[in-house]
Amino acid sequence: MTKAKKKTKSADVNEGGNTIQIRLPKRYEEEISKLPKKEQEKWRKRYLEMLYDVGEAIGMVAAHSISEPATQTTLRAYHAEGRVQLVTTKGLPRLIEIFDARKVPSTPSMEIYLDEEHNNKEAAKKIAAEIKETTLEQIMKEDSIDLMEMKVELVVDEEKLKEIDMELEEVAKIIKKNLRNAEVRVEGGNKIILESKKEEVSIRDLQQMRVKARGVQIKGIKGITQVIVEKVGDDWVIRTLGTNLKKVLTMNGVDPTRTRSNHIFEVMKLLGIEAARNLIVEETLRTLREQGVDTDERHVMLVADIMTFSGVVKPIGRYGVAGEKASVLARANFEETIKHLTNAAASGEVDDLKSIFANVIVGNLPPIGTGMFKLGIKEE
Amino acid sequence: MGALSNRNKSLAVVNIKKDIILNHELVPKHEILSEEEAKKLLEELNITKKQLPRIYASDPVAKILGAKPGDIIRITRKSPTAGESIYYRVVVKG
Repeated sequence: MTKAKKKTKSADVNEGGNTIQIRLPKRYEEEISKLPKKEQEKWRKRYLEMLYDVGEAIGMVAAHSISEPATQTTLRAYHAEGRVQLVTTKGLPRLIEIFDARKVPSTPSMEIYLDEEHNNKEAAKKIAAEIKETTLEQIMKEDSIDLMEMKVELVVDEEKLKEIDMELEEVAKIIKKNLRNAEVRVEGGNKIILESKKEEVSIRDLQQMRVKARGVQIKGIKGITQVIVEKVGDDWVIRTLGTNLKKVLTMNGVDPTRTRSNHIFEVMKLLGIEAARNLIVEETLRTLREQGVDTDERHVMLVADIMTFSGVVKPIGRYGVAGEKASVLARANFEETIKHLTNAAASGEVDDLKSIFANVIVGNLPPIGTGMFKLGIKEE
Repeated sequence: MGALSNRNKSLAVVNIKKDIILNHELVPKHEILSEEEAKKLLEELNITKKQLPRIYASDPVAKILGAKPGDIIRITRKSPTAGESIYYRVVVKG
């Protein structure tokens, strides 16, 4: 596994008579340059001391640092139920969801920020109402089938119609678009009549039409079932249940640079693998911090880098990172031992004993720490 | 006339999308390395392209840059710990 170097300004540090050149991260270098000259050297050295040594098993340290506190959070995870807010998955269940790289999170949700012009309560509420999905069923008082005249009668609630700021005619138009084989017309102040275009109409046809009409989306963005407007710091933020980042980002009034969703695969498809990697880090850290766990960011960053190594988000576990290791013995050591060993035997796989697990299994010195190095003799 | 205006419209949509993707907070700066830079990098790190992390050619950002399989992309990330960190990905088919 190759980790890209943290490149920035270089510093010469004298260690045991040899001058070695190291590069310090940009932020660290900035902090150091504020100090008096004499101190600077000392702190550069301090940075070197704090670095992991070559061969240190950092993956194992990361795994421990994340999973030990995560197990402690289980007990606290379910106590947010019943509050007046969006109930999104939190705590251990959310962590498992992230690391398993679920295709769809159990509670997909968006955080919508607004641009300067719309960053106030009224505009936020208006945009929120525009986003929320409204189906015909939600604004309907009743629906019935008239068997005498073979038609479907939909009675719309006028108050609810006012709430979403629409006319009955508009609603009828949308229904017409969605139900191709239906004749749609408005009757009276609040009735929409559906008649089939077919010559011979069966009751079943009408029943189907009625069910279909109920589900027609009248307003909003599909999939967004709940919206809440909140003030976070100086910003008005719309939180949603359900995601559709593609549509929301191009909406008028939305700040497309900050708006995000917690749906990692959606972000990967729309904004690329690097955005997905950043989202994994962000979501994991947020979940951990909410539970009062102060695991170092670096561990989470390492996990996110490994999950996105191949160009798509892969789960940590049987069907992802652990199940695709090159070494047979390392795979067999994890899960499904017999499956991996029999498959390897059948296809004549070779394990070159480069992995840690393989070496532990056969009783060799594993290639970590001082075990990474071999003695060589220079022939003269 | 009709065909032309349609085409302009679709181009405009692509441009909006491009801006949105590249300016989004979650998307760090991507740039394609020149051949010399790529060679120098591989020498410096003493690795082959196969050992680098990958990015698909169909990745939205790689697509905008017009990256082809085999190119190396330099990614300048904003890091909470280091301020700025540099990462490399090699473009693969897909």
